[in-house]
Amino acid sequence: MKYWRVPLDLGTIPASRGKVMVIEERCKGCEYCIEFCPREVLQMSRAFNPKGYHFPEVGDESKCVNCHFCEVLCPEFAIFSLAEPAVA
Amino acid sequence: MSTKKKKPDAPHPHDELLRTDRMPHIWCTGCGIGTVFSCVLSAVEKSGTPLDDVAMVSGIGCTGRMAGYLKLDSFHTTHGRAIPFATGLKLARPQGCVIVASGDGDLLAIGGNHFIHAARRNLDLTVICVNNFNYGMTGGQLAPSTPFGARTTTSTQGCSEEPFNFCALAAACGAVYVARWTSLHIRRLTTSIGEAMNKRGFSFVEVLTPCPTSFGRHNKMRKPLELLKFYHERSVIRNYIDPKDAVLDFKKNLVVGKFVDIERPTFLDNYRLLNRGELGDWPDLEPKLPRPEKQASG
Amino acid sequence: MAGKAVLTGTYFMNGDEACCEGALAVGCRFFAGYPITPATEVAERMSWRLPEVGGIYIQMEDELASMAAILGASWGGVKAMTSTSGPGFSLMMENIGLGLCTETPCVVCNVQRAGPSTGLPTLVAQGDMMQARWGAHGHYEIIAIVPSSPQEMFDFTIRAFNLSEQYRLPVLIMADEVVGHMNERVVIPPADQIQVVSRKKPSVPPDQYRPYQPGPDGVAPMADFGDGYHMHVTGLTHDERGYPVMDAATQEQMINRIVSKIRDHAHQIISYDAIAMDDAEAAVVAYGISVRSARRAVAEARGRGIRAGLIKLNTVWPFPEEMIRDLAGRVRALVMPEINLGQMVRELERAAAGRCRVRLVPHAGGSIIRPGAIVQAVESALKEA
Repeated sequence: MKYWRVPLDLGTIPASRGKVMVIEERCKGCEYCIEFCPREVLQMSRAFNPKGYHFPEVGDESKCVNCHFCEVLCPEFAIFSLAEPAVA
Repeated sequence: MSTKKKKPDAPHPHDELLRTDRMPHIWCTGCGIGTVFSCVLSAVEKSGTPLDDVAMVSGIGCTGRMAGYLKLDSFHTTHGRAIPFATGLKLARPQGCVIVASGDGDLLAIGGNHFIHAARRNLDLTVICVNNFNYGMTGGQLAPSTPFGARTTTSTQGCSEEPFNFCALAAACGAVYVARWTSLHIRRLTTSIGEAMNKRGFSFVEVLTPCPTSFGRHNKMRKPLELLKFYHERSVIRNYIDPKDAVLDFKKNLVVGKFVDIERPTFLDNYRLLNRGELGDWPDLEPKLPRPEKQASG
Repeated sequence: MAGKAVLTGTYFMNGDEACCEGALAVGCRFFAGYPITPATEVAERMSWRLPEVGGIYIQMEDELASMAAILGASWGGVKAMTSTSGPGFSLMMENIGLGLCTETPCVVCNVQRAGPSTGLPTLVAQGDMMQARWGAHGHYEIIAIVPSSPQEMFDFTIRAFNLSEQYRLPVLIMADEVVGHMNERVVIPPADQIQVVSRKKPSVPPDQYRPYQPGPDGVAPMADFGDGYHMHVTGLTHDERGYPVMDAATQEQMINRIVSKIRDHAHQIISYDAIAMDDAEAAVVAYGISVRSARRAVAEARGRGIRAGLIKLNTVWPFPEEMIRDLAGRVRALVMPEINLGQMVRELERAAAGRCRVRLVPHAGGSIIRPGAIVQAVESALKEA
């Protein structure tokens, strides 16, 4: 996240963690999730789905904070995140 | 070469409200209708309304197909007639929450007459207008929302008409809740749809939505991302301003926000007054003015 | 303001009002309409009677919206109707088509007036008969009932609702201005003597329910909004699950379903009365207000020693082809008076298939047919046969 200042409670609040799941055959390669993920977790994969679209894949898993933005933004219901144990 | 497909072990959170056996859906790459649909589903889940009592009615066009993917009572009616159909559905089952989801052409061109009257009557409907500024399903023709000068397949030299301001129109006709967002204002849009659903009376939510295949391609914004970012960067949130001033100017900015949130008795509130004979009688008109006495004729 | 739905008793009322009372008696609790001569009286009476019985009257912005609204109300689980005349009937066609495709029970009463276009708004005609059959686009079957008196406006409206609920489609009442505006005795029976048919409800749990899987009688049980079946209803060609499927196979299955559910039960739907037909050489086949002219004509002809009889059609669609084909073999002439220049007579000719003389007594509209014209037609038809 591009913070314009460091939050005062950065040390004490455990950062939430998420695991991104991609339903590849639903993706139509619009790249919205890649563009608008606030943590820049996703990148375009070189693989194709059955319809011939490239779909997103997770780059650095640890950066995902389970904000669900990719999930609610995706027009194809092809991506979502699940909570992982928070990290101090 | 595709890597081994690892199926996610958990279903998508929206899957239980979706007819997943009909997925992937019909809408093009980058079309915003799916996002609006996702916001509707989130709003329905958050509203806590019992699912048996939620129905969606949609007309004809790209957005018209939304009802077909919703795993609730859903009705896909004729072009422009979603609102009158929903009128009958709601009045037959007043405890139901009826959502009308259709496009700019369906609701405001062929369906315009029904739109203004349902708003005038303040029927308890939640009307979601997915405005992609053209008729998408039929390949991108001119619509009553197409901006001045925009290219479509029936305005190849540029649209020479001024579009409606849907929010001003809805407010002028008597809608009690009017809001406009882009399909990237996801949290605000979901909240707005929730508010519209809970609102008693005619609630209208307009969503500016990217249509890369038709509108974007004909107006120098072919890539979905280009179009979506254009809408988002150009939009300016100005809540509670007079919807007449909430202008969509593609050269300057696209004014979004919540413009109207008022209270007004709904059609059924007044109809129940009528049933109880409490509508109040017609006021006595002013007593006739005394007739000027005839001047003593000469 | 609780009022009775069944106003048991004897009244002197016009056909429009009787139609309203028939609808209320059989359980109609929603009316969406738009004022149009000569059908306005149905709406007017509905506007104060429906609130009395806990129903809802709504005056929509046009007839098109009225038709859409009654479809919505029907899916909301309520018996619904609208009434109109020619111009409104034309506007309703697309949504009547939606009602046929989605198999939605409802009733449309068309109090016909002289057309085309604005025509003679206050005067009679029977010129919408083919529009009733083929007015909506695409191929389908329809049920059209033709009352010939205010009493039948009451009785046939009840039958129209029952047929619409039983076969799940819009049923048309093809009345006309004279039947709608004439005042006659109307007897409303006690409630327990009125047969009320309601749509079959699904008996399987939601996950096994297929909204368009026909039952043994070819009609699918119908879940309403709020019943918890979460079904999809669409005007697109759809399969038994109600899902849109864009191919010829599904189209064939759907069209055959909505056609055969009517054709296979034509005998139960078709209704006619044979009057003075035992020794008849010539039969006057009439419907609607023309039945009244025909009754008089048959009596006059009998007075002159002409052995004429009357076939009073109570339903025109589906058309009683078999009855007419068999009748054409037993009489020398069929004479059809109708207030148009030849519409139902084409069906008569088709069914008679040349086995006897078929003669039309035309009338362009604006008044009813003179019985004398029918008697002349019978005489000349018999002379030539």
